[in-house]
Amino acid sequence: MDLLDIIGPVMIGPSSSHTAGAVRLGRVGRLVLGEEPRKAKIFLHGSFKETYRGHGTDRAIIAGLLGFDTSDPRIRESLKIAKERGLNYEFLLIDLPEAHPNTAYMELWGETSIARVTGSSIGGGAVLITDINGYPVNISAKYPTIIVPHNDQPGAVAKVTSVLAWHGINIARMSVARQKKGAEALMVIETDQPVDDETFKEIKRLPGITGGFTIPPL
Amino acid sequence: MYLESVEQLIKIAKENGQTLGRMALILEAKDREVPEEHLLNIMRERLQVMRAAVTEGLQGNRSVGGLVGGQALKYQAWYNSGKSLASGVFGKAITYALAVSEANASMGLIVAAPTAGSAGVIPGVLLSIMEEYEIPEEKVIEGLYAAGAVGLVIAFKASLSGAQGGCQAECGSAAAMAAVAATELLGGSPEQAAHAGAIALKGMLGLVCDPVAGLVEVPCVKRNVSAAVQALAAVDLALAGITSAIPLDEVIGAMGEIGRELPISLKETAQGGLAATPTGKALAQKIFGRKEEKNGENN
Repeated sequence: MDLLDIIGPVMIGPSSSHTAGAVRLGRVGRLVLGEEPRKAKIFLHGSFKETYRGHGTDRAIIAGLLGFDTSDPRIRESLKIAKERGLNYEFLLIDLPEAHPNTAYMELWGETSIARVTGSSIGGGAVLITDINGYPVNISAKYPTIIVPHNDQPGAVAKVTSVLAWHGINIARMSVARQKKGAEALMVIETDQPVDDETFKEIKRLPGITGGFTIPPL
Repeated sequence: MYLESVEQLIKIAKENGQTLGRMALILEAKDREVPEEHLLNIMRERLQVMRAAVTEGLQGNRSVGGLVGGQALKYQAWYNSGKSLASGVFGKAITYALAVSEANASMGLIVAAPTAGSAGVIPGVLLSIMEEYEIPEEKVIEGLYAAGAVGLVIAFKASLSGAQGGCQAECGSAAAMAAVAATELLGGSPEQAAHAGAIALKGMLGLVCDPVAGLVEVPCVKRNVSAAVQALAAVDLALAGITSAIPLDEVIGAMGEIGRELPISLKETAQGGLAATPTGKALAQKIFGRKEEKNGENN
């Protein structure tokens, strides 16, 4: 806990977990998609499912998908703004076994890509992203985070971490997830220093690396 | 900043001849390796958001769930009529606490202090004292650091979350934090400030979190008023030289213990207390009985 999180954050009400945290979940969804979302199916689980209208959780997630911050007054009007910007959304109710009570699963479509993200709002506005495009992950979005899909072969992780080391970027946490041996895998690296565009481009050019995106601290 | 107890902060503050608020600011700046001015500016902005939230709450907007809205406006008119029972700081604190809580419930911009659901307490207490006693802004900003430091200790020893500790952890904590800060603003010593915090929190012990329909509306908005008034009464007692038999750190410990023992139905699950009353359930049904919403094609 941090003193400035106790007298803070500055946020649009009414609930840090159901509003501020929900905005952050939407923002992660937008970052994973990497472009303007055109269509979104948002599945709400648990307390999100029961109370989303009264807490403005729907407006909050859409606001995040539109790229708004937790203190942006446009959160209130986000459903209307979504319409103006051509984002078609739908909220559906779901039961996810063993998921945190405040969990959302998002299916997102842009002009060129599709993304699937599951995340929970775990209290006080903090979030935990648990699944990206079918890969189990564990992302707090408190640190600069890079997410790097790669071919599951020896040396892929070492190449990425040595680029980071070369640029003086310290790794706070890292994990690797894969769906099956030898296929595509996903590297998630949370760092102490932000990974600048040039360094990230260098990583994406490495052999065996098939893409990637970054999530700044939200 | 890492702080284990309020007693520890009092000791350091006294050794350095500082108020709790100023000391907390100094320690926080040292810990973050930033100038104090930088932290003063951050908190100045938050104080401005608190003021703006009062103004917004006095617009009388309805809440998202539709259960609250317009109460701050109504009370302000009563207070301004000169007929209200609460005068001076007390009446203003009631008005402001209502206003900020209603702003929060209607998706207004607020400072979570310590939470969104208890966001009205600290502005209610501090802004009313600031205006009525013409306290300089910088002192109030330091007061917010005193409040934040007490909140840190509560987070460490107990909890600031209704889901973990009930309303005592949210509005109770806010009352204790506000009381400590306000006592210093009015010239009380660090010890008097801690007594005020202890007295305020003792008055809120055991308070459950039982929001109707799970929304931050009923009873949250009016509980912010209860907590603000509780805090002011505690400040007045402490300034009169009345002490708390149980020190603040131990009251905080007791709050944490009580929170753990509270049944889950009374910790923000909307399953017990007021949420489970016939009227509470009927309101929930009315709010959530509406149709699904979507704006696009389902394809």
